[in-house]
Amino acid sequence: MPRLDGIEKVTGRARYVDDLVLPGMWFGRTIRSRHRHARLVEIRRDPSLGWSRLVFIEASDVPGENVLALLEDDQPVLARGVIRHVAEPVALVAAPTPEEAEEAAARITVVEEPLPAVLTVEEALASRVLLHGEDNVFKRIEVKKGDVETAFGRADLVVEGEYATGPQEQLYIEPQGMIAEPRPDGGVVVRGSMQCPYYVHRALKRALGLPDEKVVVVQTTTGGGFGGKEEYPSMIAAHAALLARKAGRPVKIVYDRHEDLLATTKRHPSRVRHRTALLRDGSLLGMDVDLTLDGGAYATLSPVVLSRATLHAAGPYRCENVRIRSRVVATNHPPHGAFRGFGAPQALFALELHVTKIARTLGADPVELRRRWAMREGDTTATGQVLRWSVAAHEVLDAAVGRYRSRATPPPPPPKKRGVGVSLYLHGAGFTGSGEERLKGRAAVEARDGRFRVLAASTEIGQGTRTIFAQIAADALGVPLEAIDLEEPDTSRVPDSGPTVASRTCMVVGAVIAAAAEDLRGALARFGEGKGLASRDPRELAAAHFRERGALRVDRTYASPAGVRFDEATYTGDAYPVYGWGCNVAEVDVDTDTGEVAITRFVAAADAGRAIHPALVEGQVEGGALQGIGWATVEGVTYENGRVREDRMATAIVPTTLDAPSIETVLVEKPYPHGPFGAKGIGELPIDGPAPAIASALFDAIGALVPEIPLTPEKVLRAIEGTSG
Amino acid sequence: MTGFVVNGRRVEVETSARPLLDVLRLDLGLTGTKEGCGEGECGACSVLIGDRVVNSCLVPLCQVEGEEVTTVEGLSSGRELSSLQRAFVERGAAQCGICTPGFLLAAESLLRRNGAPTLEEVRVALAGNLCRCTGYVKIYEAVLGASRGEAP
Amino acid sequence: MTALRAVVARDLGDAVETLATGDPDVRVVAGGTDVMVAVQAGTFRGRALLDIWRLPEPRGVRLEGGVLAIGALESYTDLQRDPLVRAHLPSLVAAAATIGGVQIQNRGTLGGNLANASPAGDTLPVLLALDAEVECVSRSGTRRLSVHDFFVGYRRTALRPDELLVRILVPIPAGERLLFRKVGTRAANAISKVVLAACVRVRDGALESIRIGAGSLAPTPIRLPRTEALLRGRRLDPALADEAGLSVAAEVRPIDDVRSTAAYRRRAAGNILRRWLLELAAA
Repeated sequence: MPRLDGIEKVTGRARYVDDLVLPGMWFGRTIRSRHRHARLVEIRRDPSLGWSRLVFIEASDVPGENVLALLEDDQPVLARGVIRHVAEPVALVAAPTPEEAEEAAARITVVEEPLPAVLTVEEALASRVLLHGEDNVFKRIEVKKGDVETAFGRADLVVEGEYATGPQEQLYIEPQGMIAEPRPDGGVVVRGSMQCPYYVHRALKRALGLPDEKVVVVQTTTGGGFGGKEEYPSMIAAHAALLARKAGRPVKIVYDRHEDLLATTKRHPSRVRHRTALLRDGSLLGMDVDLTLDGGAYATLSPVVLSRATLHAAGPYRCENVRIRSRVVATNHPPHGAFRGFGAPQALFALELHVTKIARTLGADPVELRRRWAMREGDTTATGQVLRWSVAAHEVLDAAVGRYRSRATPPPPPPKKRGVGVSLYLHGAGFTGSGEERLKGRAAVEARDGRFRVLAASTEIGQGTRTIFAQIAADALGVPLEAIDLEEPDTSRVPDSGPTVASRTCMVVGAVIAAAAEDLRGALARFGEGKGLASRDPRELAAAHFRERGALRVDRTYASPAGVRFDEATYTGDAYPVYGWGCNVAEVDVDTDTGEVAITRFVAAADAGRAIHPALVEGQVEGGALQGIGWATVEGVTYENGRVREDRMATAIVPTTLDAPSIETVLVEKPYPHGPFGAKGIGELPIDGPAPAIASALFDAIGALVPEIPLTPEKVLRAIEGTSG
Repeated sequence: MTGFVVNGRRVEVETSARPLLDVLRLDLGLTGTKEGCGEGECGACSVLIGDRVVNSCLVPLCQVEGEEVTTVEGLSSGRELSSLQRAFVERGAAQCGICTPGFLLAAESLLRRNGAPTLEEVRVALAGNLCRCTGYVKIYEAVLGASRGEAP
Repeated sequence: MTALRAVVARDLGDAVETLATGDPDVRVVAGGTDVMVAVQAGTFRGRALLDIWRLPEPRGVRLEGGVLAIGALESYTDLQRDPLVRAHLPSLVAAAATIGGVQIQNRGTLGGNLANASPAGDTLPVLLALDAEVECVSRSGTRRLSVHDFFVGYRRTALRPDELLVRILVPIPAGERLLFRKVGTRAANAISKVVLAACVRVRDGALESIRIGAGSLAPTPIRLPRTEALLRGRRLDPALADEAGLSVAAEVRPIDDVRSTAAYRRRAAGNILRRWLLELAAA
């Protein structure tokens, strides 16, 4: 079945935020800091410009609280007093044309007095300069299972390793943007590119000091998100709304690529140390993991990213003695934030490359070692969670390795060397810990004159939300797909289903829609029986109900499966209701003259529980895999004095068609009893495994382990030359 | 004035070195052509001049005098999708859709010159277009499928 | 802000007359793949573009004696498709195919690559290795100069403000092997970390002649005269290949930048030449 938004997207009719023009609309620009840490002395405006014709906003103009509401209220909408990272928003201007706005922005000087900065995790932990609390630590977590000390005491050998990953840019092809429109009642309507309308709604209420009903947030067609449009859209929405209310007219802010790259959030860089206690025969006795993330200048979502990283650090393996200690620290980098995988890819890169190292140290086959250690139903995770259902570790491993071995290509001639690497991993679906219980995501299905409408705040950002929701509702109602309408994600019209993140949309919100649709079907059937109607067709019953009593709507709220419990104080219990399972096999040819790594084959086996729409699931697997491949190979974001160096598309490199291998996808289905038709989350899982599979393949090819991605030719050539003396 | 033909319609715009992309989007309302970077790196702004695909963000308006320009809006005739557009829909080659118009025009240019491309030729022809959603696999399938006139 | 003004040249005479006025605010644009990037980024210095895209004269590829005369407005796509270029200059075809994607290859021109004079310009080491000449026209006439004299500093050329680059003249190699290798930031649409091109004549197991052009290894595209001298007349064997690799690494003057490191560039360039010589020795 083709996706529902396909036709509008291939004809150019889909309207993205930059395609929208509102009558009388002005254009906004953001004035940003130049320093990484500074005292904000003064914002000077060139007096020769006619400022009375323009709109100018600084921190003192924020009518509500000058905070970007998220987990902690540490990030201002506009900097006041102190600058904490390069490209921090300081002031705003709006003008009738983009050119005039740009000209005005150029006539504003931000006077900054530099302060000592924190640019590395080590500097943060040394706490000589304090950015947050008493120790620059946003959050710390410790997970304990069994007795690690004793396990290491019993070990025949201990394998140690330290692994690092750099920041990664989401590089959605549509840059961020918002249009705000003031309402006569003092309220505001904001439209734009986003993943989470209710996050934006909450942030606007706080910053503008407005009640619920005076803020309306509408998602426009969104050109990719990957987590990058989870938290930052709230910032742009607040800026556009501030300008629009002062201007008394609509104001559009659309970032150009340069601004988007400089200012918006990237994936957290990580440093992970592993110590693993083993017996000579390959028995896994104990794991000791120490994980640190660089959170950047403000907390944003870092504590939750740390949580997911920590909960994935021991991976898909059975181990009785585990200790994981982790922390996320404050630095003067632009805030790091959500990116597909949300901490899990960093943790799993370290773990899976370390397992490859262990196999090599033991002289064991890396596939067999993983098979031996992999969890099965009934096994217990590091948090003591007993896996009661839907464990597919062995299935994905067999599927991927089987596909890889089903054909072979001849190895390349010198100077190239071939290597093969494997990774096995899991991804917790839905919010971490008690998140879903706290959030209570809602959705509704409404019967009108012979048609049905799904009301949910989950956004379509390319992954196929609308198609899947329509399918789930149609199946649960027992009506054809054509009878389903989908309400736009507009906070004045749809309930708060929670954010479109964490691989929760299909599994969690989809389950709520399925439940609501089933209830609605039952209610219509009872109505029909009560009226003595002959028809059993829900469409006819809906039409009859509509004629007599009007629309019929069922709202439902998500409830976790019975017995799913997590203790956030001790980090024990059911970290996620269920996990998706994945395995990658990467084959690489390494040019030993230049250090170039070409991926010649790439197999991705993924378990989605049940693939409700197989083509969409494959799309998630292939897209996620290539983002993981890019992160492992060419996608290096670096900082120079706290400023992003890769600040143009020409330097912010992602894979092209000639870099991308033809990804061989194998779907595995291990149904989850509490997901819609057995489905589990699939959005993030595919990005967790490619990097360690490729790094393992490189290790296999050249006999040297490169512990830090991206595996640039520079690092690879150095490693090759290190091995050849 | 600079006169040229867009999707079969003759237009005149005051001569300048403004990027063709801006003229298409702002002056002519053809917003199907997207801006992803403004520096010729992403291919989202791809249009055809004659049969050749170009980044419209890097073409100064003055250079299209007398040319035939095709944008995504010109690919379908009326409400009838082209076989390439149909293949993109049916194979799931469009996800978020922002890169889709550019890919369609790069593929259209390829198929006009080479009706039966190999996978490798498709990859080379699309190397100037970035997609961040699909991993490219379904895009190749769509282009190859359309070239063979296959039903999915 | 007003739109950037365009002065459209009808023919070569028209273009040369406009350049003769000496207005420093008027900058030449051909395919736009460098100039328009600067315009879009706001770093363009000038108020008007002199558009030479439609000039009829600097087009086409002709065989003139033993020389291939290539119009400066030939695009990278044109070069890849031209039968004469394909037959005689495979390294130029290879270089053209690595530049940008199809969209860039359809607009970017050989003359533009020269005039832009980026140290990373992918065709420039090829033209250096081929001992090409460029032909420039101004109101005072036509002059030819060797590409070796063309790059006078970082992004600076010997082209006078009143001159237009119209043709590139390449002596057709006879019995010489043309080699090209680029390592970019990725497989396509990439600016090079290292580019190397060579024109080699082997006779009886020895290197009779070798010319090597190098990109992204110095402030300008360069030849490697010391390494060439080291190799000339020497017997091809693995020891010579090793020696040549070290010589390249010592001769180039690369920098650390956002795309690579100086150390890598030295090593990779040396390894590429070493590999070529090993392959020639084995052939």
